[in-house]
Amino acid sequence: MIDQIELLKLIEKNSQLTLAEIATQIGAAAADVEKEIADLKAQNIILGATTQINWDETTLDRVTAMIEVRITPVREKGFDKLADILCEYENVTACYLMSGGFDLMLIYEGKNLRDIASFVYDKVATQEGVLSTATHFILRKYKDNGILFKTKDSDDRQAIVL
Amino acid sequence: MSIDYSSKISEVVGNMPPSAIRKFFDLASEMDDVISLSIGEPDFVTPWSIREAGINSLKDGYTHYSPNSGYTKSKQAICDYIKRRYDIEYDQKTECLITVGGSEGIDIAARALTNPGDEVIIVEPCFVAYKAAVTFAHGTPVVISTKQENDFKLMPEELEAAITDKTKYIILGYPGNPTGAVMTMEDLAPIRDVLMKHPEIIVISDELYCELNYISDEPSSLARFPELRDRVIMINGFSKSYAMTGFRIGYVLGPKEIVSQMTKIHQYCIMSAPSMAQFALIEAATNGDDEVKKMRDEYNHRRRVILQGLKDAGLECFVPYGAFYAFPSIKNTGLTSEEFCEKFLMSKKVAIVPGTAFGVSGTGHVRISYAASMENIKTAMKRLAEFTDEIRKGLV
Ligand SMILES: Cc1ncc(COP(=O)(O)O)c(C=O)c1O
Repeated sequence: MIDQIELLKLIEKNSQLTLAEIATQIGAAAADVEKEIADLKAQNIILGATTQINWDETTLDRVTAMIEVRITPVREKGFDKLADILCEYENVTACYLMSGGFDLMLIYEGKNLRDIASFVYDKVATQEGVLSTATHFILRKYKDNGILFKTKDSDDRQAIVL
Repeated sequence: MSIDYSSKISEVVGNMPPSAIRKFFDLASEMDDVISLSIGEPDFVTPWSIREAGINSLKDGYTHYSPNSGYTKSKQAICDYIKRRYDIEYDQKTECLITVGGSEGIDIAARALTNPGDEVIIVEPCFVAYKAAVTFAHGTPVVISTKQENDFKLMPEELEAAITDKTKYIILGYPGNPTGAVMTMEDLAPIRDVLMKHPEIIVISDELYCELNYISDEPSSLARFPELRDRVIMINGFSKSYAMTGFRIGYVLGPKEIVSQMTKIHQYCIMSAPSMAQFALIEAATNGDDEVKKMRDEYNHRRRVILQGLKDAGLECFVPYGAFYAFPSIKNTGLTSEEFCEKFLMSKKVAIVPGTAFGVSGTGHVRISYAASMENIKTAMKRLAEFTDEIRKGLV
């Protein structure tokens, strides 16, 4: 019997494990793991896999912004309709419905400031139902998806008798 | 005129060999890029909330001695934790002493109990400190060599055979270093039966690894048998379960008649355990369960990778269900434990520890610690398979 939560936690942390590696680590047969993962995909529990990249260390220019959006809910569909539309933009990497002083939080990856400004002005603010926006630029990432951006320390434990 | 220092040193100290583990570290530390699976401490940094509790105590100015046996709040947190996890009640006032690691607990328990010549049963292979503590206290260690075919568990007939009129107490530690062996309550029941036939014998039970148990959520202990509770000195602490080795904090629980005598030694020799660490332990004991579980799950994954690696390398290993060690047999390679470890280190740059460091019953075994990153473990296991392959081809 595969512990679904154990499996999910493991692959959430590292999507690059092979089936054999996963099987060893959770103490299951590789064929069972394969089947379980297929089931989890079919149930829309496993949605996809990405790799965490520190773009600042590459030659590619990238700016990330968090955009708060206040809206009046569109009749019948509530907040979802607008969220669906905004999610269509490929550079919107996350979209959340929030409690508090605003309604939707977008995370947007742009090439530069101008790129993001034009998205906010031309694409977001002009949507029907959008009351206002507030854009915050991310200056530096320290941690994302549980992964630290600074380089890891090596094993510096020293000699001890035990 | 030169001084003959050898005549100045006490005999029990002078005759004590240095730990064999240390020798290996020294060798490994002179080489570059060595992967070490030889270290008996967590590779995790202490969970942040526990570190923060320590830091806050410093900010709040708790930089003085604590009461000798420890802060009341800290002892209460320990007793509450033990009640919750073991379902045993201890009185924080009289039955609990906060020590400088489990290490101090072992030392002062031995000193509190031992008269010169008393026999002390030590269940090997085991943590290197037991025999040393007994010897320093002028006791006579009587070793029981547990066996791989019994999964390194203590067998009742082995215990019965080791008991004599002079037996004062027994020291055992499960989940065990270096074997990773676990004794469940069912395994301990026949041991209890033997001990009930010998009501004069006291038990020192080292339970430092109690939370690192991959077979049962509930810690097992001889102290959980009500009829033995008042004959067991439980040595426990935070070093292993909570990754708090550098805090140097542990505790002792037991009958007040013994704990009070141990407290006397502690009082005169140590004064009190570090105050900062006593604040940190409150957070660990009270709110640390989730953090422990996270680390335990990760260790468990590594444990399985190690066992698979040993299988792939053609080494026989009983399945360890506790601590963070595997203790495979290397007998089929034709090498001794020392030769195996030394050649493995020299040719593949992986450090592990010969089983003989933990008693003669470790002969033919090596200790592999999985308190190391998964990446390092995988690389080390690959090199191990290459190494045993080369041995089989006569290349080593
Ligand atoms: C079995 C066992 N008991 C006790 C200790 C001592 O731990 P500490 O003094 O850090 O609490 C160790 C450390 O390696 C150990 O392996």
